[in-house]
Amino acid sequence: MAEPMRIRATMAGDVADVKVLMNHPMETGLRKDAKTGQLVPAHYITEVTATVNGTSVLQAGMSGGVSKNPYLGFKVKGPKAGDKVVVNWVDNKGDKNSAEATIA
Amino acid sequence: MNALRRNVLKGAAGASAVAVAVAAGLLKPTQALAAAPRSAFEAKNVGDAMKDLGAASPADSKDITIKAPDIAENGAVVPVEVTSAIAGTTMIAILAEKNATPLVADFSLANGAQGFVSTRIKMGQTSLVRAVVTAGGKSYTAAKEVKVTIGGCGG
Amino acid sequence: MRQQIITKLLAGVAGLGLALGAVGAYASPESDRQELIKYYQSKYPNIKIDDYVYGALAFDEDSKAQYDAIMEFPPYEADIDAGRKLWETPFKNGKTYASCLPNGGKNIAGNYPMFDEAKGKVVTLNDAINDCRTANGEEAYKLGDKNTMGKLTAYMRTLSDGMLMNVKVQGPKAMAAYEDGKKSFFTRKGQLNFACASCHVQNAGTRLRSELISPAVGHTVHWPVFRGGDNLVMLQNRYEGCFKQVRAVPPAIGSTTMNNLEYFHSSLSNGLPMKASVFRK
Repeated sequence: MAEPMRIRATMAGDVADVKVLMNHPMETGLRKDAKTGQLVPAHYITEVTATVNGTSVLQAGMSGGVSKNPYLGFKVKGPKAGDKVVVNWVDNKGDKNSAEATIA
Repeated sequence: MNALRRNVLKGAAGASAVAVAVAAGLLKPTQALAAAPRSAFEAKNVGDAMKDLGAASPADSKDITIKAPDIAENGAVVPVEVTSAIAGTTMIAILAEKNATPLVADFSLANGAQGFVSTRIKMGQTSLVRAVVTAGGKSYTAAKEVKVTIGGCGG
Repeated sequence: MRQQIITKLLAGVAGLGLALGAVGAYASPESDRQELIKYYQSKYPNIKIDDYVYGALAFDEDSKAQYDAIMEFPPYEADIDAGRKLWETPFKNGKTYASCLPNGGKNIAGNYPMFDEAKGKVVTLNDAINDCRTANGEEAYKLGDKNTMGKLTAYMRTLSDGMLMNVKVQGPKAMAAYEDGKKSFFTRKGQLNFACASCHVQNAGTRLRSELISPAVGHTVHWPVFRGGDNLVMLQNRYEGCFKQVRAVPPAIGSTTMNNLEYFHSSLSNGLPMKASVFRK
């Protein structure tokens, strides 16, 4: 399951521009399988957290309404190039993933 | 916003620490850096979802910009970008009003995180995409209609 | 009598409302391309030829903005990575695609399809990849298979990003293959009696129900596409879809008919930059 998450973080002036691509099917639980006609069980990320140098900057809650392979972009004022961004997610089955990147 | 809140945020890696802070009366629930309660995501209509978000009757605001298409290329991936120019924005939530469960995502922001989020959402049909913003304990909102069509040529 | 038949045949082409018909079988591929561009430009003087690579998106800012937002961090990056692994994994004999294809497989996608004089037929890039496989003792991939050929080319074609499409039609046999592809493109088919050109020449830039139609020029530079961000579609799989949409029986993927169509169709994009792999709705 745990395909790598991708993070790109770059400074634009004094603001870090962070872009994250998570790999996840984001099944709502409402979709029927085209072949079997059965509902595909819900499987989606419920929570995403982001820290910069260990300080929490963002905590997100999600439903299955976020697109497959979720994309998240946010901006943080204050960090410097070289600072470390860490992003974690947890899904409704308890699966977890974590990735880190250095701000360029 | 204030030093106490910041300290709590720094320590609050998980929601549980925030819950303790809330229980201790240190934080009002709407100020905590925590995702909305899961009930908000299960709410079947916008009103209930906003109530669970702690933003039952947000004021319309022109300081919220929603960048979303007029007509979605594909309802499965609709890029949505919300910018809040309201000072002290601590939360941005995105709702697709006619989805079975309208609340798509909420983002609590702190420690320098700007009033900006960008993501991609699913939309089952043409509807308003609503942004709800919390700033200074008050809530604000703006909406934009996104049309969803079926089809595509992929060329 | 004979004259009448020829006139009838020509009318089938001229009926498409395109100057191409008048030039007939003796036109060079380059003049066909120029004629088409002139046709599109007279209809849409404000759209730059370079923007035709965006297909229908060139006609609609709102769609293009969504494309740009999604291309900023495409949701299918994991598939491209899987393709890179396929590309880098050596064959059992230790050789690689890079050692088998010209120029290490870089900046070559725009040369395909090419006419192989020795084989006497058109070879697509996907055929060339399969030739590599079989020459090195591997089984050929199924040409239309998304998981193997699809992912492999979704990565491999990125190695040619920026290269200009450069399909050559030289010699009588190549010309015959080109003409065959051109005939497929302009011939009406299926229960709906549509030619490829009915939509992508005459109606490019207009709407078919809710869909904006893309011009044929610029079509072939950006495959595979990921429809909806996750459904990988290769060019000939898309042709298959087109045939079905006009209720015609599609020729087999990799057949002479399909390859010749790709040959003609690709030459229309000569001079435009390659860019793999992209998002489409």
